[in-house]
Amino acid sequence: MALAHRSSGLLKPLSTASSSSFLHRRPYSTDDTTTITVETSVPFTGHNCETPSRSVDTNPKELMTFFTDMALMRRMEIAADSLYKSKLIRGFCHLYDGQEAVSIGMEAAITKKDCIITAYRDHCLFLGRGGTLLESFAELMGRTAGCSNGKGGSMHFYKKEACFFGGHGIVGAQVPLGCGLAFAQKYRKEGHVTFTMYGDGAANQGQLFEALNMAALWDLPAILVCENNHYGMGTAEWRAAKSPAYYKRGDYVPGLKVDGMDAFAVKQACKFAKEHVLKNGPIILEMDTYRYHGHSMSDPGSTYRTRDEISGVRQERDPIERIRKLILAHDLATEKELKDIEKQARKEVDEAIAKAKESPMPDEPELFTNVYRKGFGVESFGADRKELRTTLP
Amino acid sequence: MASIFQGIGAATSLSSSASFDTKKLQFSSVRSLSGKRASCVVMRSGGVKMDSDSNRIGGRGDQLVTNAVATKADNPASSTASKPGHELLLFEALREGLEEEMERDARVCVMGEDVGHYGGSYKVTKGLAQKYGDLRVLDTPIAENSFTGMGIGAAMMGLRPIIEGMNMGFLLLAFNQISNNCGMLHYTSGGQFKIPVVIRGPGGVGRQLGAEHSQRLESYFQSIPGIQMVACSTPYNAKGLMKAAIRSDNPVILFEHVLLYNLKERIPDEEYVLNLEEAEMVRPGEHVTILTYSRMRYHVMQAAKTLVNKGYDPEVIDIRSLKPFDLYTIGNSIKKTHRVLIVEECMRTGGIGASLTAAITENFHDYLDAPIMCLSSQDVPTPYAGTLEEWTVVQPPQIVAAVEQLCR
Repeated sequence: MALAHRSSGLLKPLSTASSSSFLHRRPYSTDDTTTITVETSVPFTGHNCETPSRSVDTNPKELMTFFTDMALMRRMEIAADSLYKSKLIRGFCHLYDGQEAVSIGMEAAITKKDCIITAYRDHCLFLGRGGTLLESFAELMGRTAGCSNGKGGSMHFYKKEACFFGGHGIVGAQVPLGCGLAFAQKYRKEGHVTFTMYGDGAANQGQLFEALNMAALWDLPAILVCENNHYGMGTAEWRAAKSPAYYKRGDYVPGLKVDGMDAFAVKQACKFAKEHVLKNGPIILEMDTYRYHGHSMSDPGSTYRTRDEISGVRQERDPIERIRKLILAHDLATEKELKDIEKQARKEVDEAIAKAKESPMPDEPELFTNVYRKGFGVESFGADRKELRTTLP
Repeated sequence: MASIFQGIGAATSLSSSASFDTKKLQFSSVRSLSGKRASCVVMRSGGVKMDSDSNRIGGRGDQLVTNAVATKADNPASSTASKPGHELLLFEALREGLEEEMERDARVCVMGEDVGHYGGSYKVTKGLAQKYGDLRVLDTPIAENSFTGMGIGAAMMGLRPIIEGMNMGFLLLAFNQISNNCGMLHYTSGGQFKIPVVIRGPGGVGRQLGAEHSQRLESYFQSIPGIQMVACSTPYNAKGLMKAAIRSDNPVILFEHVLLYNLKERIPDEEYVLNLEEAEMVRPGEHVTILTYSRMRYHVMQAAKTLVNKGYDPEVIDIRSLKPFDLYTIGNSIKKTHRVLIVEECMRTGGIGASLTAAITENFHDYLDAPIMCLSSQDVPTPYAGTLEEWTVVQPPQIVAAVEQLCR
């Protein structure tokens, strides 16, 4: 794809494109009244629960949205890859390409009041929750325009208004947090649910089972989503887990195995899970997915798996390709239009990167902000203070 | 767990006011410390039972000056003989503070092992589950890591949980959650989330509870950025600090002590909240500043009696706030006395005393006439044998000897 487009399109759509993370509608079919029924790739497998049906209802608008959003996510991750290689992003960078269907399908089934919490592979989930490209890239590059003011980095994306709780570096530690979110939802009787996401590597953490026990004990509205990409960094799942059937690991907690590369299967499963959990307590969803990149940017991803395997999955199960085929099969847009959408995605990403590069690095005083919160009228100046100031209510 | 407080005859006569003379000599001979640590059975009582007609708040013993507690004028607790108040034990004071806050704010909830139906292993939450229900006073399974994480997640969503560790030592299992999530989330999210949790529990060396149940963990937690640490020592400050900790938007770790739960004191009826970052002046003096907290306060006050007999005038400050230190109060004291002794129960290596020594040296070096002395407990796991356990922590004769050496 030629980069010549960029300069011409740079001026006009800059304001509009960067204000929303999802592309604007193109003159293809965006009808949301016609129902299209799609079959998921494989049937669901259940553990201690009945499975939802394979047929998912959707409409042209949703199909096109899926495509554009996933194209944007894919493009963002690839751009992050090249930014990392040009040393603009430092530290750890865990990329989500290949797994976009999980984020997209989940968002389609829930509201912004339902909480999502995940581990460090959070860029696309942030985008799905309504984060902007500018915030993502600025945060990755450590600039003040980032979602955490540049102080969090790749593994600490949060968006409070959209109930996206991050962004956690320690494997498995987010699962008890997620159960805490569910606990608060139950305490407040809000009727929302929490999706607590973790990977197949984290599935062997003890705190997961502790949290699961508590969630089941108190019927917390927690949906534990295991994004099983079959590799815990360099260790294949069969080398790390005696029982790689993660959806069955809950024992008394029901589980569902879902094809995580099929956005509609994910959507159906999440919808089913949400209804189930509000009545019956927690459920485990195992998303069978795959990541094309290595565990992070410092991992080539080919020492523990063959390139054939990666390209095989890319050919047969790629989530964007599946949607593309569906769109073409239902004649909702032409090949060229879909290519245009991808080009537009690329353009938006490039614009966001350019804008993010302009954003400044945080100043020195920012080092000490947000360590403590000004609470109870008392100000705190670092660890040892020479002056005490207090206002009692 | 019954603390043994031999009524040592303390506080029987309270009318002797500002003069330290004959009365005291007589009193101290009863409790004279023979110099050999092992034989001092008297010292094993960590605190002094206050009589019901003693109205001194925080003052220990009867020979101390009436203005021994220099709490700020904003709280209504100045000691006057006619002030009613009510008397209670420290764990009841904690419960009172907790209950008042739960009444005031529906988002306050408690979670911990056996806090609900059992009433709390030290009875701090007794009766609360019957009043507020099982979800607000939550009995958790024995899974410290995850229920601490759960509390933090609930706090991210707007609740204000109080997480009780049955013993501070058990919170080591939750260290990841406390350090990484509790302390850091406000920072890494750029200020989006606040974590108003209170993590509390008893710690410190008890009565032959064994090594794993007698840990002093203040030192482990003190370097976590983003949290505050306070240690309570009297019913008055226990209730005030509990309320302040619950109301604070920052994560606060409230250190209680196993042996102090049965301290009795008269506290005001009116509602009061203490400042989380302020130290308490226990006994003003001129010769040496003794900084202490939690149970060691009582050892220091015991030693102070001996010291006063010997002619010294120690100024005793209960630092209360372990992170951040109240360098204002401490600094003013050092500028007056020029000598500092730190008495703590924490470990010698990397303990609170070590940090405090560094902070004082950095800030007040010019005001010091002598090197700072720091008495901490020994760097050993707490032994089971009673005599060995006594030698692990600082005892009053050691404090007296240290002051004598400092003031030479």
